[in-house]
Amino acid sequence: MPTVDLSKSSLRELNQALHDIPPGSNETSWEVVNPKGSHAVAVGVDKPVAVDVRGSVGYYCGGMNDGGAITVHGSAGPGVGENMMSGSIVVKGDASQYAGATARGGLLVIEGNASSRCGISMKGVDIVVHGSIGHMSAFMAQSGNLVVLGDAGDALGDSIYEAKLYVRGKVKSLGADCVKKKMHPKHIERLQKLLDAAGVKGVKPEEFTRYGSARTLYNFNIDNADAY
Amino acid sequence: MTYKNPPTTPRKSATFDDYTLSEIRRAAATGIYDIRGGGAKRKLPHFDDLLFLGASISRYPLEGYRERCDTSVVLGTRFAKKPIELKIPITIAGMSFGSLSGPAKEALGRGATLAGTSTTTGDGGMTEEERGHSKTLVYQYLPSRYGMNPRDLRRADAIEIVVGQGAKPGGGGMLLGQKISDRVANMRNLPKGIDQRSACRHPDWTGPDDLEIKILEVREITNWEKPIYIKVGGARPYYDTALAVKAGADVVVLDGMQGGTAATQEVFIENVGQPTLACIRPAVQALQDLGMHRKVQLIVSGGIRNGADVAKALALGADAVSIGTAALVALGDQDPHWEEEYNKLGTTAGAYDDWHEGKDPAGITTQDPELMKRVDPAAAGRRLANYLKVMTLETQTIARSCGKNDVHNLEPEDLCALTVEAAAMAQVPLAGTSWIPGKGGF
Repeated sequence: MPTVDLSKSSLRELNQALHDIPPGSNETSWEVVNPKGSHAVAVGVDKPVAVDVRGSVGYYCGGMNDGGAITVHGSAGPGVGENMMSGSIVVKGDASQYAGATARGGLLVIEGNASSRCGISMKGVDIVVHGSIGHMSAFMAQSGNLVVLGDAGDALGDSIYEAKLYVRGKVKSLGADCVKKKMHPKHIERLQKLLDAAGVKGVKPEEFTRYGSARTLYNFNIDNADAY
Repeated sequence: MTYKNPPTTPRKSATFDDYTLSEIRRAAATGIYDIRGGGAKRKLPHFDDLLFLGASISRYPLEGYRERCDTSVVLGTRFAKKPIELKIPITIAGMSFGSLSGPAKEALGRGATLAGTSTTTGDGGMTEEERGHSKTLVYQYLPSRYGMNPRDLRRADAIEIVVGQGAKPGGGGMLLGQKISDRVANMRNLPKGIDQRSACRHPDWTGPDDLEIKILEVREITNWEKPIYIKVGGARPYYDTALAVKAGADVVVLDGMQGGTAATQEVFIENVGQPTLACIRPAVQALQDLGMHRKVQLIVSGGIRNGADVAKALALGADAVSIGTAALVALGDQDPHWEEEYNKLGTTAGAYDDWHEGKDPAGITTQDPELMKRVDPAAAGRRLANYLKVMTLETQTIARSCGKNDVHNLEPEDLCALTVEAAAMAQVPLAGTSWIPGKGGF
């Protein structure tokens, strides 16, 4: 298992090494030690490799991940997994703002809490937060699923499009055009799969409430101006 | 002899002119603001208010058509491993697939490539037709991140982080449902037929310190190969340029209020932002104060129409210019050939600006499959290349007349201003005087 020590190697060397992994390589399991809050750790990974980061990271860890299985054994700064395409990112601790921003695919798991704007403008990713999420989460969320085992802050799902939000705890307030929706069997089934994928035990899909778009703001209507 | 009371000539108000009256009536009837495409239409201090002095006893001209006058420019020399080299200092500005038709985007790529310059994607991602037909393609990184992915990031030649644009500094965009075809909807991960907001702020960074980290991330993803531009609207050009440099930009793109947009509120276009002419000197000053002029390249856009405008922008300190509206006209937009159809839309060639409605008779700002057939990408690309060639020749003509063997050697000293306003904004003397407003205590 290749190990990159960020107290000895530069960020550039780490990311270049990850980008240079040839297709079909046997070096599929990487470890990063001493990240010390570095920004842009393991960004642009485009091979199905596992990257275990032993410690906390700064901004944009796993940014644009496309196939990697990245685990942060610590907490993550803003924008973890931004614009992820596929693969997975697991944060064992907490995540700061904009976790999973604009991400298009893959699975982002935050085992602690996530801050504000979690899943902002998400475009297909699945996000599972074991704890709670902050205000303005899933703002303009386009597609994908956001699952929250704890509570959600103010203005959840403001101006949401087709993303699906599942919250087990309390929602402080809903944003414009975001409404409570009925859980159908297909949602229960989907949610169970997401919980399983995220390693959540002892929690039933039926404990969640689903939220999504009322679709009243999809086409501009002057009579809705007060909603903006 | 008896006198009748002599009548006074009916007089319309300069304040409440015909346009203003019509807009009040329109607003009263509909209850919604006017949305349109394009840039500021009002009369603004512009490059027309500047003149070149030309050569004289103390300045030696170069021979036209004989003595070399270089026009090439290299962008991205600060950090990028692979800076881009353009034959001419005129680039094609970012315009989205979605707001423009596929054939129009292809034509822009063809024209730019023939002329030896770059074209730019827009809010909607990179299309195969423009990547395939563009030798040098700048990939925009926008707040919406529509179509953003690492594969396209890596096959771009440069990356432009869009903070704002001149037509609407501080504004997002709206692509109305009628332009959302299946293809556009798919590229943007949204249902067909709904209005698509393009956000006004980036989702995952705020402020210059965050931007610096965002740039680090993008550079790491692309292995520090690509030049990174930051595009700002003409809001606070001195500070925006300084902060872009601080954040790590290779190139600053500065777009004045005459720069076009696909669709924004008329009130925004006409009342927010500064004219292009007013933006250049503060931006250049910021670069000079930081010791970064010519190290971080400056691209200026917004109302560039001909070689004289190019030469003036370069003389004021820009490294290159960018054109959008003019490029669309070269492709065939606003052509009187379609006058009858413009009339049916209640407008006339040259004034058509309801681009968001997707009914462009010229087939450019539309997703209508029939209308877009009117753009022959090869022929339209050729026209754009011709136009770029003419602009370049014009720029060289002026540069030679000022004795410069490189268009980038043009300087403020070569200019004078026709108006006090232009003299103040461009920081060049009023014609016939040595007076630069604000300089020397006056």
